[in-house]
Amino acid sequence: MSFRNAPLGVIHDRDKSTLFTSEIRAAIDTHIAKYPPEWKQSAVMPALTLVQEANGGWLTRDLMDAVAVYLDMPEVAVYEVATFYSMYDQTPTAKHKVCVCNSISCMLNGSEELIHHIEHKYQVKPGQTTADGRFTFKEAECLGACRDAPAVLIGKTYYEHLTPDALDRLIEGLE
Amino acid sequence: MTDKLTIEIDGRACEAAPGEMIIAVADREGIAIPRFCYHKKLSIAANCRMCLVEAEQGGRPFPKPVPACATPVGPGMKVQTRSPKAIEAQQGTMEFLLINHPLDCPICDQGGECELQDVAMGYGDGLSRYSEGKRVVMDEDFGPLIATEMTRCIHCTRCVRFGAEIAGVRELGATGRGEHMRIGTYVAHTIAHELSGNIIDLCPVGALTSKPYRFTARAWELTEADSIAPHDGVGSNVQLHIRRGQVMRVHPRDNEAVNETWISDRDRFSYAGLHAADRLTHPLVRRDGAWVAVEWTEALTLVAERLKAADAARTGWLIAPNATLEEMYLAQALARALGCPNIDHRLRQRDFRGDSADPLLPWLGVRIEELQSREGVLLIGSDIRPEQPMLAHRLRKAVLAGGRLALVNPYRLDLTHPATQLVVNPDGMVDALIGIAGALDARVTGPLRDRIARVAPTPTQQAVAASLKAAGANGKGLVLLGALAAAHPDFTVLKALSYAIAAASGCQVGYLPTAANSVGAALAGALPQVGPGARPAGQVGLPVAEMLAAPCSTLVLWGLEPDLDLGNPAQAMAALGQADCVIAASAFRSPALEAVAQVMLPIGAFTETSGTYVNADGVWQSFQGAVAPPGEARPGWKVLRVLGNLLALPGFEYSDTAAVRAELAACCEGVQPDNTPAGDLSGVPPVGVGAGLMRIGNVPIYALDGLVRRSPALQRTPAMGAFSVSLHPEQASALGLTDEDHVEVRQGEVGVRAPVILDDRIPLGCARIPAGVAGSESLGDQIAPVSMTKA
Repeated sequence: MSFRNAPLGVIHDRDKSTLFTSEIRAAIDTHIAKYPPEWKQSAVMPALTLVQEANGGWLTRDLMDAVAVYLDMPEVAVYEVATFYSMYDQTPTAKHKVCVCNSISCMLNGSEELIHHIEHKYQVKPGQTTADGRFTFKEAECLGACRDAPAVLIGKTYYEHLTPDALDRLIEGLE
Repeated sequence: MTDKLTIEIDGRACEAAPGEMIIAVADREGIAIPRFCYHKKLSIAANCRMCLVEAEQGGRPFPKPVPACATPVGPGMKVQTRSPKAIEAQQGTMEFLLINHPLDCPICDQGGECELQDVAMGYGDGLSRYSEGKRVVMDEDFGPLIATEMTRCIHCTRCVRFGAEIAGVRELGATGRGEHMRIGTYVAHTIAHELSGNIIDLCPVGALTSKPYRFTARAWELTEADSIAPHDGVGSNVQLHIRRGQVMRVHPRDNEAVNETWISDRDRFSYAGLHAADRLTHPLVRRDGAWVAVEWTEALTLVAERLKAADAARTGWLIAPNATLEEMYLAQALARALGCPNIDHRLRQRDFRGDSADPLLPWLGVRIEELQSREGVLLIGSDIRPEQPMLAHRLRKAVLAGGRLALVNPYRLDLTHPATQLVVNPDGMVDALIGIAGALDARVTGPLRDRIARVAPTPTQQAVAASLKAAGANGKGLVLLGALAAAHPDFTVLKALSYAIAAASGCQVGYLPTAANSVGAALAGALPQVGPGARPAGQVGLPVAEMLAAPCSTLVLWGLEPDLDLGNPAQAMAALGQADCVIAASAFRSPALEAVAQVMLPIGAFTETSGTYVNADGVWQSFQGAVAPPGEARPGWKVLRVLGNLLALPGFEYSDTAAVRAELAACCEGVQPDNTPAGDLSGVPPVGVGAGLMRIGNVPIYALDGLVRRSPALQRTPAMGAFSVSLHPEQASALGLTDEDHVEVRQGEVGVRAPVILDDRIPLGCARIPAGVAGSESLGDQIAPVSMTKA
């Protein structure tokens, strides 16, 4: 028996119809429908994304637990996913997230310079939010845009071939 | 696909089954391949990369070294575990693993028995090229059993996989990513599973170590002795680690047929009870109300005189079900030689109406190993996880393999697998079984016949019946009776119905033995109706409840605490108080024994005596004494032998337990465990438990016997909360109680105060009030009416 070919399901004794909102439940259900019934927990990533979006960009422990209940999976398995991927946050964030790729191609093409630039100009360390609350600065693992490195993800948009000046302009454009 | 194929490892031809991994073949052939994440009982993760080897198949080399744990064998495969390419890969992996691992083995508890240390010596470089700072990981508190030092973790994830695959509870996980990955619970909580201690053995480094043992000894100071765990009916094979005559810790020994590779926490940590402050170290005699230490000769002469002078018909011997086979055999021989047939080990049983019809040598019904291949199991009256942790694990395997498990219990259990739970009050257990029997059209004679014929089974009962019948048709069905059934006032009726259900569905009947030697007791003859060799006794004596109900004037208590180990402690203590003479042989000096006994004989506990236990499937497992009993205490069998000599009884000339065992084995020649009833059990009408609020007195996991009750670490686990009364929220509000109230609970003259806990697993009309724990001493039967007033 392996939890690779048979996921460990946990039947939570809670009423699922009280979790989240009916819109979020419906949206998660469309993702659940993509997988075989016993692999319901495959929908954990889109579920976390939906729930995080509805919560202003970050996940509380209660929300992660609720996702676990909704997908009948162990809580710790949700924490594993939420802490692994850089697009999920477990602490409050600003409305905008500026995610600079720190992986090898971007690093060779100047992402370290971008990171230093943001750190100095906006006085913010990776994982922190600027004092004026304009954006949260994050380092991200490989964004998969190596061809056009260095890449930065702001919100849901990719920006490529960035220089410090170009990044400044983008940040100034944020509301 | 079943054809064997031959591969070559390091130039040696090895036979392998298709689909097997290289490492499994190498292990069988005794070829060493280093590894951390691979474990034969867990799924393959292939994440440590330590087992990289060079391989080729059909003359074509694999382009890169391959992990031996995740590469299946194929025809014409050649593997090299020590080629320059393989060694380079292994050294590289080791260097990466040591980047963040502290190199301070002298201050690590695992030092000297650490897989990482060993493999680093064998496969690593002598010098580290890494001079940067190492990462530090905050520790978590996993509770009283497991100590953590997570900085040492190398992320093999064996503990995580153990939780998911063996325990069935994902308590641990790997959160974070890359360098920030850590193993933990993420939200701090105690690890509570009853097999959790096994992750200490699984951890290849010093990240998870035993909290009670930590920093008390070094691996090279310890000597090893094989033994058998003295608690549940599995008889897990263990290895004692001893330093200077003291048991320092207990480890499992592999025995696929018994405990696989695991042991329960109860078997692992109970040894701490051996060092309890209240060990009995001298023979004690009560003189003018005070306890006086005396020489053995004096104490035993006194006991012999008392036994000789006593009225044999009014003498009773109560034997703990975890006494060794030899102790039981000698005790019954002594009692019966003196003309006393009153000997019993079924301390918590209350209904003995089936004695004359019971099977002579009841057992599990199937081999322990066969439990995991059952297709349908009906479990009656058993809180299986605390009662029989290892058997619960086997049943979980059965369910995961597609088997159906149904339970009839007086409260809902927390299980780690799907099951059909019929949660009913104690009388309802009989009704539920009648329903299942009715759905199967089971035929019985006697008072239940009409009820079975008339019953309208519920859909659930019909479904249970159908799954039993389907399993029974394949010869893979089982009806099991547990400890709560044995404590039920209608145990005989439950048995009769179990046999009826089993017969109608083609299943077998099995008994979950309550303690390490419950099966052995029948072989030794420690029963009023059964003599040695599981043969009907010539003269049938009184069962335990009758010895105490119309009190015997002389009582011998062997290895038990009367206020905690007996089914009705209030009645037992009163009976013992009235007796003329109470002789107690015990490893511990408990206040209850001091209150009622006239003589206390110190006997050796687990590890301190040689002996034999017969486990649930009837296997005789002998062990040697590993450490000396404390003070003047002596192994129990020696005490009985000398007592026999003093009483001038013939035959008490044994030089060791092997001689006793050989004599009993000769007597048991050809005797096989058999659950076929010796007579008709169905003639007994249900008496019912009575009216009013019903007590469900379960024995918590670490209250099973005197030894576990004295293990401080086990007593601090969440499974052993303070004495309390659990009620269904609706039941509590019907009684005008909330979860902050205290109540006075009363089953006889003396009441006891306890807090109320709301728990919706308890059926209405019932109150779960544990037995065998501090607070329960003044109460009565485990399953009986109880009164409750707000205090």
